[in-house]
Amino acid sequence: MIADTLRLMIAPNKASDTVVPPTGFTARLTVFAAGAMAFLAVFALALSVSTGRLADRWEAELNSSVTIRISAPADQVEAQTSAVLKVLDQTAGVASARALEPDEQRALLAPWFGPDVPLEELPLPRLVDVLQGPEGLDAAGLRLRLAAEAPGAVLDDHSRWRAPLVDAARALRMLGWIALGLIGITTAAMITLAANAALAANAQVIRVLRLVGARDTFIAGAFVRRFTLRGLIGAAAGTAAGIVAVILLPNGAEGGFLTGLGFEGLGWLSPVLIPPLGAIVAFVATRAAALRTLSGLR
Amino acid sequence: MIELRDTSYSYRGGEPLLQGMTLQVVPGSFHFLTGPSGAGKSTLLKLMYAELQATGGSVKLFGQDPRVMDRNAVADVRTRIGVVHQDCQFLDHLSIADNVALPLMVQGKPVGSDLHDLLAWVDLSDRMHAFPPELSGGERQRAALARAVTLSPDVILADEPTGNIDWDMSQRVLQLLVELNKMGKTVMVATHDIALIRAAKPQVSTRILRISNKRLQSAGAEL
Repeated sequence: MIADTLRLMIAPNKASDTVVPPTGFTARLTVFAAGAMAFLAVFALALSVSTGRLADRWEAELNSSVTIRISAPADQVEAQTSAVLKVLDQTAGVASARALEPDEQRALLAPWFGPDVPLEELPLPRLVDVLQGPEGLDAAGLRLRLAAEAPGAVLDDHSRWRAPLVDAARALRMLGWIALGLIGITTAAMITLAANAALAANAQVIRVLRLVGARDTFIAGAFVRRFTLRGLIGAAAGTAAGIVAVILLPNGAEGGFLTGLGFEGLGWLSPVLIPPLGAIVAFVATRAAALRTLSGLR
Repeated sequence: MIELRDTSYSYRGGEPLLQGMTLQVVPGSFHFLTGPSGAGKSTLLKLMYAELQATGGSVKLFGQDPRVMDRNAVADVRTRIGVVHQDCQFLDHLSIADNVALPLMVQGKPVGSDLHDLLAWVDLSDRMHAFPPELSGGERQRAALARAVTLSPDVILADEPTGNIDWDMSQRVLQLLVELNKMGKTVMVATHDIALIRAAKPQVSTRILRISNKRLQSAGAEL
């Protein structure tokens, strides 16, 4: 029953397509609206995917990496560093730990201080980079042991500054999905308006068709097929333009927020879903509008 | 076939336009429905092809009450009732051939050589590619009659089929309706043209009904 209705609504039907006259203006309007919405949908999708990817990566790094900062008098730094490494060696959940070499620390600080500042004369803390194992480590227990064995060591699990960023990225991902939903609803509303205009313009045609024995599926089919096709064509064109625009976006350093907007790997296939979704929205909106109009006629 | 029992109709709950209508249209009969303009002839015909629903009493179309029929059933029953509308109700963007074939098209049936025979029967073979606005009043009425019989319906209802055409053309349309009746079709013609009814009497056995004071009366003897 549903399959038959879908077939009548979508399958090409020369008779049905012939009896309803072409609707030039609404046709162009529908194609344009579907195209514009699909273009925006590509960006909303890119935003959702990119921010989701960023949140996942930040969260993974947050969970896997911690840093221990050793601030101690110069003559105690080496001893406390050894003590910290020894504690870490005995701590469950630590996959690896190593003290950063002075050159590595210099490289990390160069973007802030410049290459010419004599960093060796500054009282810089010593850093120990710790990678967690999959089971994770007990940060509270580790802090207690460090306080006892190396009083100058401070455990930094990065949560203080990364957690808000992860939250922000997740919120942006959610906003992206909400934008996609709003785009879908707006598309449905615009196509409903255009379909209603076409139905009103063809009220006399519809009346004559009913009088000669046409069923609702035949009449609605003529409108549904047109608007579904227009939705599909418009959305395909808008999606193609959106993909090109995303490709042309400047691509900066890895992890950059705006410069990382786009798709990766198989993610490039996700915008391909937009045209069929646009067609489905057009189908549902036009069918509802047509059947609502027809229900007012005998 | 079509049965009205104590049927009444009023527009939007106002004063009844028709009331107490009782009528049985039997297969093969030829009815004229007459009465002054505004008496309710077109309304009565609309009740007979379910464009309107009775507000009192009952109407049965082939044994079914349109008030309880679903929309598909109404569409199906209309394939058994051909209607010639007063204003023809053509689709102006389609040729006359397509307009006449419209009932076949909406049923998904192939349009075959019968269409040419039908157009020849109403003398419109040479006008089949013309569009409705290009046709004269008589040609339009004949095309409307052809469309009404495209699906070979059991009943043909004609609403003022000669209202806007000259006498000679009225005679031609009447002749076509009589031919249909002789082929076994049930015909009902709504007209206020008494001369047309008188012209039909020698050709076919008719029952003449008049709407007067909102009610249906038999009017054969006085015409």
